[in-house]
Amino acid sequence: MSESSPTTGQGFSLRRGIEKVIDFTEPAVVGLIHLCGWSAIIFVMAIFFFVFKESLPAITGLEEGAVHGEVEQLDLVEFTTSPKWIPESAKKPTFGILALMVGTLSVTILSMVIAVPLGLGAAVYVSEFAKGKPREILKVLIELLAAIPSVVWGFIGLVVLNPMLVDMTGEPVGLNILNAGIVLALMSVPIIVSVSEDALRAVPDSFREAGIALGANRWEMVYKVLFPAAKNGLLAAVLLGIGRGIGETMAVLMCTGHSVMMPTSIFDPVRTLTATIAAELGEAVRGDMHYHTLFLIGVVLFVFAFIINLTADLIVKGIKVQGNE
Amino acid sequence: MSTDSKNMNTTTENGLPTILPDLSAHQTEGDVDRLRLIENGQVIPAVIHEDINDEDIILEINKLNLWYGNAQALYDITFEVPRGKVTSLIGPSGCGKSTMLRCVNRINDLIDSVRIEGDMIIDGDSIFAPGVDVIELRKRMGMVFQKPNPFPMSIYENVVYPLRIDGVRDRAELDEVCERSLRGAALWDEVKDRLRESGLSLSGGQQQRLCIARAIASDPEMLLLDEPCSALDPVATAKIEELIQNLSGDYSILIVTHNMQQASRLSDYTAFMYLGNLIEFGPTYKIFSKPETKETEDYVTGRFG
Ligand SMILES: Nc1ncnc2c1ncn2[C@@H]1O[C@H](COP(=O)(O)OP(=O)(O)O)[C@@H](O)[C@H]1O
Ligand SMILES: [Mg+2]
Repeated sequence: MSESSPTTGQGFSLRRGIEKVIDFTEPAVVGLIHLCGWSAIIFVMAIFFFVFKESLPAITGLEEGAVHGEVEQLDLVEFTTSPKWIPESAKKPTFGILALMVGTLSVTILSMVIAVPLGLGAAVYVSEFAKGKPREILKVLIELLAAIPSVVWGFIGLVVLNPMLVDMTGEPVGLNILNAGIVLALMSVPIIVSVSEDALRAVPDSFREAGIALGANRWEMVYKVLFPAAKNGLLAAVLLGIGRGIGETMAVLMCTGHSVMMPTSIFDPVRTLTATIAAELGEAVRGDMHYHTLFLIGVVLFVFAFIINLTADLIVKGIKVQGNE
Repeated sequence: MSTDSKNMNTTTENGLPTILPDLSAHQTEGDVDRLRLIENGQVIPAVIHEDINDEDIILEINKLNLWYGNAQALYDITFEVPRGKVTSLIGPSGCGKSTMLRCVNRINDLIDSVRIEGDMIIDGDSIFAPGVDVIELRKRMGMVFQKPNPFPMSIYENVVYPLRIDGVRDRAELDEVCERSLRGAALWDEVKDRLRESGLSLSGGQQQRLCIARAIASDPEMLLLDEPCSALDPVATAKIEELIQNLSGDYSILIVTHNMQQASRLSDYTAFMYLGNLIEFGPTYKIFSKPETKETEDYVTGRFG
């Protein structure tokens, strides 16, 4: 409309014709886009409500009595503080997820201990030191790493890492916190690298030049200028990595050893919240306490994921606000 | 080093003979068009006023050539920068002023495509000779950029940053340097009660003075300023200009500016560059009132550029 209008009558009518078509299609396209946006929100809400609804009977009590044993209402104190997860016991089923939470946390923490330095180091290398071909190749490889399905990672843990750990540590079985931590670390490295590389790239070159001009060497510049300047983005990267770790299921199911116990060292097998749901939901009797409790574990995972994503989100928002100043 | 002898070379660096008319006399105006010759790729010897021979020299620039990849950005630049004075680099945008300035502390090293021939000598020490400790070299100069670029840290940490990377831990020394540098940059009174606040919380002009404080914290010999006022409002600009004048004497200052008034107000010597060539170098009052080349006159009177 703002263009200088053509003077000939033909050009004028042609433009009007095009405008008519646009008038007609635009609301449709806009509507479709709105629909896509809302459907995403609706799906997430629907999933959340479904999981929440299915978990509710565990807290409020079962309607038609227990199928196993005498448990009709979940003891929330036991649920959160007992390390005993014995859902299918005929005598006295116990639903304690402490060991499972410890399993999830220990594997996640170990994986972060490995993945954060590795990921940050790789991001610094890719963004500050590598150049030309090697840099491009590295970036593609890291993206490729992110595309490997988690069952393949689990397979690597099971078939490659497992015997290696047996050889090196002398433990009878190599499926434990260490194995799952390493596998999970390798799985979260790509996301840590790509998000923190973006954060480092977003630091204006003027900071780099100022640091170098003041006589900092490359490393001092990275450590004392880039890290403080990019710290929000780097934190978000780490949190996204943690989210990946907590949510991962298949690989940890295959690599942790999947046994319910309170670990005392990284060579102990554990079981995670996610793996428990995956392994047991298919066999739990629909409608009994075990079934509903598994959904309650789902809610716990939801809460974890929500807190982490929210934190990451707020931090990333913090970056944007800072960038606008 | 008379201007006549400088104009008498007959071959360029690459050995091609050049037929150079006598360019020294301003009177030949009309006969020769230096700018046209330069645009056609000729290397034109600069006109250097003899006044510089009476000065104490801090920096000698010797036949400096610089390429970005295959594109040459500086051609045979030769002149001397006096100690304890303000020297300004002027010229149309893209003529290589920043490139020139960034050679002095070698931050062009960060750009992979840059190749340099020739040398600079600061206080008798070569800048481009192999084996030069670049980090030490950079600590001998402070640089201030076009856009204020304080680090996202406290005002205090910004100023003492050069000492931090030297590993200085002594609180008293850091405090002393912080106060001295901020006073030097005429910022102390404005920020002395908020040293812990972020450097980014300051106004643009204050940020630029913070950057100057940071640049003088390690007590350099030279200050390199690349259009330090171009992002600032007139009031902040006036403050920085006053500051620059107060700093000259203690420091030798090389300043890039596209603002002709600023160059004439601030500097003792002025170098006029065009398309990577130095056209004329001399005392500022001469460059602005009676330049020896027609091109300089055209430029300083605003007829082109
Ligand atoms: N990093 C770079 N890579 C390639 N060419 C550059 C680079 N920086 C500057 N140049 C070129 O060098 C010439 C001089 O630039 P510059 O020194 O920035 O000019 P000025 O500061 O006088 O405006 C210009 O032609 C510019 O395009
Ligand atoms: Mg410039």
